[in-house]
Formats: sequence, structure tokens, C-alpha cells
Amino acid sequence: MQVEVRVFATLRHYLPELGVGEAKILDLAEGTTLDEIRESLGLPAEEVKVIMVNHIQAYPDDPARDGDRITYIPAVAGG
Amino acid sequence: MARKILRINMAELSHAYEEVPAKWAKWAGRGLTSAIVADEVEPTCHPLGPNNKLVIAPGWVSGTPAAPSSGRTSFGGKSPLTGTIKESNAGGLSSQKIGKLGIAAIILEGMPKDGAWYTLVINKDGVKFDSADDLLGKGMYEVDELLWKKYPNEPAVIGIGQVGENKLSNAGVSVNDPENKPGRYAGRGGLGAVMGARGVKAIVVDDTDGPGVEIADMELFKTGRKKLTDAITSHDLTKPGGGLNSFGTNVLMNIINEAGGLPTRNFSAGQFEGASKISGEMVAEMVEKREAGMTGHGCHPGCVIKCSNIYPDENGEELVSCVEYETAWAMGANCGIDDLDYVAKMTRECNDLGLDTIEAGNTVAIAMEGGVLEFGDKEGALGLYEEIRQMTPLGRILGQGVEATAKAFGVHRIPTVKGQSMPAYEPRAIKGIGVTYATSTMGADHTAGYTIAPEIAGIGGKVDPLTDEGKAELSLTFQAATAFVDCTGYCLFIAFPILDIPEGWAGMAESVAGVTGMAITGDDVVPMGKEILKIERDFNTRAGFTAQDDRPPEFMRYEELPPHNEVWTVKDEVLDEVYSWVNGK
Repeated sequence: MQVEVRVFATLRHYLPELGVGEAKILDLAEGTTLDEIRESLGLPAEEVKVIMVNHIQAYPDDPARDGDRITYIPAVAGG
Repeated sequence: MARKILRINMAELSHAYEEVPAKWAKWAGRGLTSAIVADEVEPTCHPLGPNNKLVIAPGWVSGTPAAPSSGRTSFGGKSPLTGTIKESNAGGLSSQKIGKLGIAAIILEGMPKDGAWYTLVINKDGVKFDSADDLLGKGMYEVDELLWKKYPNEPAVIGIGQVGENKLSNAGVSVNDPENKPGRYAGRGGLGAVMGARGVKAIVVDDTDGPGVEIADMELFKTGRKKLTDAITSHDLTKPGGGLNSFGTNVLMNIINEAGGLPTRNFSAGQFEGASKISGEMVAEMVEKREAGMTGHGCHPGCVIKCSNIYPDENGEELVSCVEYETAWAMGANCGIDDLDYVAKMTRECNDLGLDTIEAGNTVAIAMEGGVLEFGDKEGALGLYEEIRQMTPLGRILGQGVEATAKAFGVHRIPTVKGQSMPAYEPRAIKGIGVTYATSTMGADHTAGYTIAPEIAGIGGKVDPLTDEGKAELSLTFQAATAFVDCTGYCLFIAFPILDIPEGWAGMAESVAGVTGMAITGDDVVPMGKEILKIERDFNTRAGFTAQDDRPPEFMRYEELPPHNEVWTVKDEVLDEVYSWVNGK
């Protein structure tokens, strides 16, 4: 299956090849969890505050599904 | 020396220092401006008439040594935009200087009999009423520069641009930053017009040889200050090199877009395809690429977060400080514009003319919907600010904000509550913030109860943004805690680390207790905040507001918002619960 992954703000340090808002396309085995994807990308668990899948909050143990738009988010707020 | 009230009468051109009466003694900042306005301003008065007042108050800790990020000044009065009580606060130089002069609040009342304009000069010796003839018709960049040349000691400058002079409802109050630029606005609610109606173009505050802030218990203050500073400087969001310091508030652009809650093209969609181009990450890239400007800029001395920035133009010259989230969203996504340089140019126009950027961007979006321009027309959008500068009939309509412009152009998708337009979070995709918009004493205002922290950012817990459940209580708790923080003089952004770090929460309360001598602990934050909300709510009731005013705009109930395709579903009874405690129900 294939998913697209985005990282923002301070997490971009770990995937410097991606431009702002650009996605990394990953080919994965069925059942791969969001936490396993995070680990494979070298994103430290303690820096990931929120995960979104298809614009909805998700959790580390959730399995990814084909075509998912996955976003790892560090501590953000402001406004 | 105990704090004093400085009362300035513009009809008599006189001033007097008064003891702080017992009924106001516990308050500072927003608590004090709201208490004074509630006691002294007739709720049914015309906001631009002789019976309204502008009240200016620093927070409890503003002007104390090394209280972190404590430069907020509260401005209060009856709002010409909403007709409600209003408190709008800003960073910049004024809070600490007013505090160091031993002033709890400045009450600006009356109107000059001769229609003349004044620059008020406040220092340790009192108030001087200088003519402002040399400043009339000038924007705030020039006003700040001229006043620093004219008066010594690099004073705070509180001022209004041309929009405030013309008493239009979207006039903000500017405060200069440490570089004497006018980027710090008590923007929301038109208090710049209230200041203009007093005949005051600018207030210069020089704290040289002032008595300083009295501190009742220095040890307790220091203990609290350290706990709070440690929390701010260790949390991932607010620490040096953290999200806010690196990318500013505009770190949110991509995130809110991912959440499907980024109002786009006048609140007709929840995602903007150009979001990344106007994001905080892109601001940081522009600063790096153009080798000019900066991120991590502080808006007032002593800020340890430093979320501001200085955005450079293509020639490496300073264009504006700062491009923050609300501004980039209002000028950008909500107008369908994805060009950061144009966002920055329009922001500079707002800072110069004295416009609230949220209301201004939303107003341009309404004009686009009304057929004045196409969405995405950046040149045309910039040109609308020139209409305002020239005070053409169109410019005057735009300067009145969203509702007036919607009426002028026959638009019915109007994203306002109580006359004030919504900030950069879509209520249909993030329900708790919609509850805050609907019920806040201030009209639609995200800072009144920032449920985004748990609904989106996972700060202070995690809550599903799309569910209706529990949102009344969530919003009320945030509204109350915010009202307290707005009294402290601390920037509201200290709330993020202390929601996650209990010692920081306690430290904030202890620092206030240390300064004031009041027995305040972390447990008092929400109850004291509710006292302020009650004062404000009562004012609004006396001004004629009812539960029917605590409602989101009608179109949100029937227009589905992509990508979630949600409508507003929170029941009216739930909205009515938020303030049911005020009347003992």
C-alpha cells in the first residue's frame, strides 16, 4: 500500500529534503502502524505531539491504510 | 507607593491621580479595564459619543524585574464594532512603562470642546497636553518616528492611524515595539475609534525616574517567576528554538489546514491549496533566503518566547513586523491569496493605517464575495487598502469592517458574532472554538477561550475537534482562565506551557501573589476569571444583549464545509449553558 506523509514546523529538520508542505510517498506493508512509520522516518516520539490521518486526529497504534494522508505534528499553538 | 488611577479629562484638558477604590483594588489589566468600564460607562451609550471612555491598564506583573513575557497592555471601553464591552490587549513598550510609573489604569474621558487633537505626554511629573496638529493624517510608522524624535528616552507610543482619526469601527490602537515600529495592536473591536473620539492621536509614556512597581513579597514573586520561566523555556512550543520561536504563531497555518479548519475564501472551505506558501515555515525560509529580517523577534523587552518576526522584501529591506498567523490567514487564505510578499505588504498597510488585520482581511474577503474583486486578486486587494488610506466612500465602508461591507455589497455569508468577524479557525471543523466565538463577551474572538490548544494541538489534554460533547464546559474553562491571564500582564502564550506543566501554573499565580500581596494560588485562576466574565456579561446584558446574540452565523447551520463536510451542530441550549451560572440558573 502507499501513503503520503507530511511533517511540519520543527519536525522538518528530520526530513530536510521535503519542501514546505511537500509529501513523502511511502510504500508499506499492510498493517504498518503510524508509530512504525514515525520510527522509520527518524522522528523522535517525544517530539510528535499529534498525528493526523486524512484531517482527523489519529493515534500511534492505528494502522495506516492505502491512500492515507498522514501528518506528524510537533508542539504548535499561537494565533 | 500604591498604584494610582490616572484620570484624564479631554473636555477640561485636566488630569488627576486618584486612589484605587477598594472595589477595583484586586484587579489589573483586563479585570481592571472591564471593572472600570462596567462602573463608569453607560452600557447604552454611543461608543463614539461623550459618555464612552478608553481605559488603559498594565497587568499585575508588568514593570516588575524580569517577569517573563509580561508586556501586555489592556485597552477597554464600549466597542463601536460590537456594541459590547471590549478588552483588547497588545504587546510593545507601553505596559511595563505605565506600570513603572505606578499607574494602575489610565481613564481617558470626555471630548475636546474645540475639536482639537492632542498628543498626551505622560511621565513622572504628570500629563502634558501637546497639540497633535503635526501628526494628523499621518500613518503610525511616521507618527512613531516623529514622536521618538520629539520626546526623549525612547518612550512608549500608543497611537491611532488615519482609520482611528476618522472614527471607523475597525480602528485598532497601536503600540510601538522595541525598534519603534507600529506592529503591536490592540486591534479588535474598534478601540482606536474610541481613542479618536477623545481627540487623542497619540499617548507618549516616559517612565524615567518613575517609582516602579511595588512588590509585596519579593521572595514569593521570585519563586513564582522562576517556576514560570522554567516552564516557558522548557516546553517544546515556547522554548528557545521551539515552534513559536522558530516559526511564530504562523506555525499553525499548515496544521490548521491539515485539520480542515482553515477558513478559506470567506469561510467557504476548510482548506487552502496555497497554505504552505503563506505559512510560518515559508516566512522562515524567506528570512534565510533573503538574508534579511529575522525570526525569533521579541515584541517587548523581557520576552522569553519571542514569537514575532521581521519580514524582509525582495531587496532585503524590512517590510513589516510581523507576519503572524491570523494576519497571514486573513490576508491570505481567506482572500484566496498565496503570495507572502503581498500578505506582508497588506499587513504593513494595516499597521500604518491603524486597522485590525483580522477584520481587515475578512472585510476584503467579503468585498471579493460581493463582486468588488475576484478571490486571489492580490493587486486588487492591496488597492483596497489605498481606498481606505484615501478615505474614499468605498474605503470608509471597508474601514467599518465585515458587517458594514457585507450590507453594502449584498453578501449573506457573514462570519461574525456580535458584529465582530471570526479569526482563523473554522467553527464547523473545530466546535469548541465556535462555542467560544458564539458566547464570548467580546464577539468572535479566539483569544477569549482558546480551545484550539486541546482540540488541535494536544496541549492541556486532547479533545476531538469535531464532536459537540463537552464543548460548553471546555470553552467556559478556557474563557475564565484567559480572563485571569489577561489581568497578569503576561502574554497569553504562557498558558500553553503551564497547561502542560503544573509547576508553571502555580508559579504564575505565585508571581501575582508576590506582587499584589493577595493570597492567590493556581486554584484561584478560574474562579477569579469567572468574576471578570460576570462583570463583562452584566455590562452586555445592560447594553441589550441576550442569549439570542450568542449564536454563530446562520449560514454555518446549512452550508457544509469541506473537507469534513460538517455543518454547525452544537445546540443552542448548549451555548446557553456556557453563561447560565451568571444569573444563577
